[in-house]
Amino acid sequence: MILLLAVAAACAPLLARRAGRGLGWLMALVPLGSAVYLGIDIAMGPHVPWAERWTWMPALGVDVSFVGDGLALLFAVLICLIGALITLYSGSYFAGDSRCGRFFAYLLAFMAAMLGVVFSDNLIVLFIFWELTSIASYALIAYKSRAKSARDAALTALLVTGAGGLALLCGFVLIGMAAVDMGVDPAQASSIAALHAVDLRSHPYYTAIVVLVLLGAFTKSAQFPFHFWLPGAMAAPTPASAYLHSATMVKAGIYLIARLQPHLGDTDVWILSITGAGAATMVIGAVVGLRQRDLKRLLAYSTVAVLGIITMLIGLGSSKAVKAALVLLCAHALYKAALFMVVGNIDHGAGTRMIDRLGGLRRRLPYTAMAALVAAISMAGLPPTLGFIGKELFYAAKLTLGPFGSGLLVVAVAANSALVVIALIVAFKPFFGPATEPAKAAHEADLSMLIGPWFLAGMGLILGLWPGLFDQILGSWAAASIVNQPVAMDLALWHGLNSQAVIVLALSALTIIGGIALYVAMRGRFRTAGTAPAPTLAESLYNGALAGLYRVGARFAAAVQNGHLTRYIAVVLLVLIAGVSIPLVGALLHPLAIEPISLDVTDCAIAALIAIGAVAAALIPTYLGAIAALGISGLGIALTFALYGAPDLALTLIVVEVLTVVVLALVFHHLPVHSSQALRSSSRIRTVRDVAIAVACGALVTGLTLASAAIHLPADAATYYSKTSVPQGYGHNIVNVILVDFRALDTLGEIVVVAVAGLGVLALLRLRRIAAARPEREAT
Amino acid sequence: MFFVFAVAVGVLFAAGVFLMLRPSVIRLVIGLVLMSHGANLLIFVAGGLRRGTPAIVADGALSPPAGYADPIPQALVLTAIVIGFAVVAFAAVLVKRVCRVMGTDELDRMREEVA
Repeated sequence: MILLLAVAAACAPLLARRAGRGLGWLMALVPLGSAVYLGIDIAMGPHVPWAERWTWMPALGVDVSFVGDGLALLFAVLICLIGALITLYSGSYFAGDSRCGRFFAYLLAFMAAMLGVVFSDNLIVLFIFWELTSIASYALIAYKSRAKSARDAALTALLVTGAGGLALLCGFVLIGMAAVDMGVDPAQASSIAALHAVDLRSHPYYTAIVVLVLLGAFTKSAQFPFHFWLPGAMAAPTPASAYLHSATMVKAGIYLIARLQPHLGDTDVWILSITGAGAATMVIGAVVGLRQRDLKRLLAYSTVAVLGIITMLIGLGSSKAVKAALVLLCAHALYKAALFMVVGNIDHGAGTRMIDRLGGLRRRLPYTAMAALVAAISMAGLPPTLGFIGKELFYAAKLTLGPFGSGLLVVAVAANSALVVIALIVAFKPFFGPATEPAKAAHEADLSMLIGPWFLAGMGLILGLWPGLFDQILGSWAAASIVNQPVAMDLALWHGLNSQAVIVLALSALTIIGGIALYVAMRGRFRTAGTAPAPTLAESLYNGALAGLYRVGARFAAAVQNGHLTRYIAVVLLVLIAGVSIPLVGALLHPLAIEPISLDVTDCAIAALIAIGAVAAALIPTYLGAIAALGISGLGIALTFALYGAPDLALTLIVVEVLTVVVLALVFHHLPVHSSQALRSSSRIRTVRDVAIAVACGALVTGLTLASAAIHLPADAATYYSKTSVPQGYGHNIVNVILVDFRALDTLGEIVVVAVAGLGVLALLRLRRIAAARPEREAT
Repeated sequence: MFFVFAVAVGVLFAAGVFLMLRPSVIRLVIGLVLMSHGANLLIFVAGGLRRGTPAIVADGALSPPAGYADPIPQALVLTAIVIGFAVVAFAAVLVKRVCRVMGTDELDRMREEVA
């Protein structure tokens, strides 16, 4: 199925040219088909997880394995269903946009990746799909690629979620290591199913794992303090916002927390960090959200708030809280996607999303208004909708927590009141009251842009009226996957007259009254032009870090790559010295079998000859003198060869050395430049620096040579050559036999190199002659 | 004996590196020669030093006398010497040509000339 979606994504741009307006309908068939398939599968079968597995990298214990349990299927149904409606919606939204094939490609690719995330049973595979969703989301946010704000927002989203993804990968690797430590078969170590066998909570890596995994989940789900990328991501086209930033991608973090809850949950650090972050996110989303004027940003902040609530509930981990979280998750996906599409319709029809410029649209957009109202009722948590049930469960879960819960409860009521206000702003303000200027020219959206909001808002209503439906189909099964034991959902609109139900109901009433009061109080403020929200601390930290990175990068590049060849050589050598010297020092400190230093007069004399020649060649200012010193050094080496059993080498080197000296002397002594000038022009500091680098390099090579004494290679090859040289090679000089017989191809290569170099020399010399001849020809 | 040659190799490399860091391209070529000397000597020394016994099979014998010098590093170094010479010859002519055209042997001044 994932494959099918990926193929559809690849085909989308091709089809876009042919299909034109019908593209939305056509493309929607793919996710719709998937949704229907999943639905039949769930309705028919007993609630048993299925699993599929293909071997991928057996050496690393990474298999492509998919498992479909209740939790995964719940998410998958949401992804496919909402995906189908959004695709349909986009068909009309982008009507006339010639590039919209790309949008469908990204959207379907994202869908495929998202399904991969929820079905993966292998942590590494999950991580890959996780990153794929980030990349697809980057492409979707930056779809209006001409606008700088869209590109910046997309980059922010990518960097924040990408950084979280890296933390997540570290966390996953640690999980694998811990699992192997505790006796899981290494071939199974990255499989989530295999983690049931061990208790990771008692492993020393546990805290690190929790921190890293939660970093990944929090960045993805826009939890405080990483929430700032989500409102920015509203630069995306509205269908993408409706899909990614309400229903699916931001829920991936919640999915991950829920998925790992049975393995990592139920400890203080887990519960406190998740509920803490969730509560903070809830408050911040609600408070900042109330100050927004752009409808999309308003919805984005309300999404942040709801994500906080769901995260907090999942973190608590009791079956009641998990139930509430799942119901809220579904309710939120349904109403938020519907509301985003409503906003898209308003934007499309009236040409603006600013609330102070909207009003009285109900006459012009009657069908949109209907969908908006129903969805907003669910968002505000009024009966008889799924949102109401979710909120009731949320309060009930808090009530069972004692004093800690009561504190949270107060905050939760306030945050939910804010959600009521936002619901009113989105669904009431634009449609009622006197018609504003843009509203008069507005036009209703066409059918394919209405099906989505209607269907989703209607689903929220139907599931609210018959909550057993949700319960039986998937709800209980999904909750059971999280808490690892059977859960009875018992969803109902009316819980009878027991004390708890009454308190909860009273809290709900309080929430709604508070919300309406706040809305009335705020109404006057819509007219005043809102100021751009000041960046939060995390946001400014992010901006600062990014700018700093650019600056450091520019400075580093300017320092290292200044265009001077000598600088490049120096940098390369310094890196070499730094990289090699550390292991080398370690090797030399090790008690080595270096033979005791026995000084032999002949050796010392020869070595001194070599060294003096080299130093003189480096220091003598005239070229001819330096070249002569070079010859002395080469002679010393030839003597070494002669002394230590290599007469051939000695002979060759003497010949070559004489030739080198003669060639260099002939070539260079005509040159019209004064060498001493070059030496003088280099400053003293630079000379000191060069000497330091040179001495370090020399010390390094000396160390390497000494360390090589400790390596005793088996003499197999030498023995082989010495035994076969006469019988097979018919030669008595083994070195010669190796060169011309055993390794003849190497020697052929050597001859080719010499020949090519000779040709190059010839070409250069002829070039000069031609260049010299040309002016004469021009003169005649 | 090993130690003094190790030091000699180090000095060869140090001198070669120092010359390569000079502004003059001609010195860079000389540095190249010194470094290839150093590399040859390094291979030879690392292969083990045995005084006075070349790897030559006497007439009538089937294998060289005991304690013969390892022939493999020698074969490698022999190849390296010849290739090194070819490279140096080419580099020398190239550098000479560049100096002629640019009128200077300093790399940084060549940059200015081009720019």
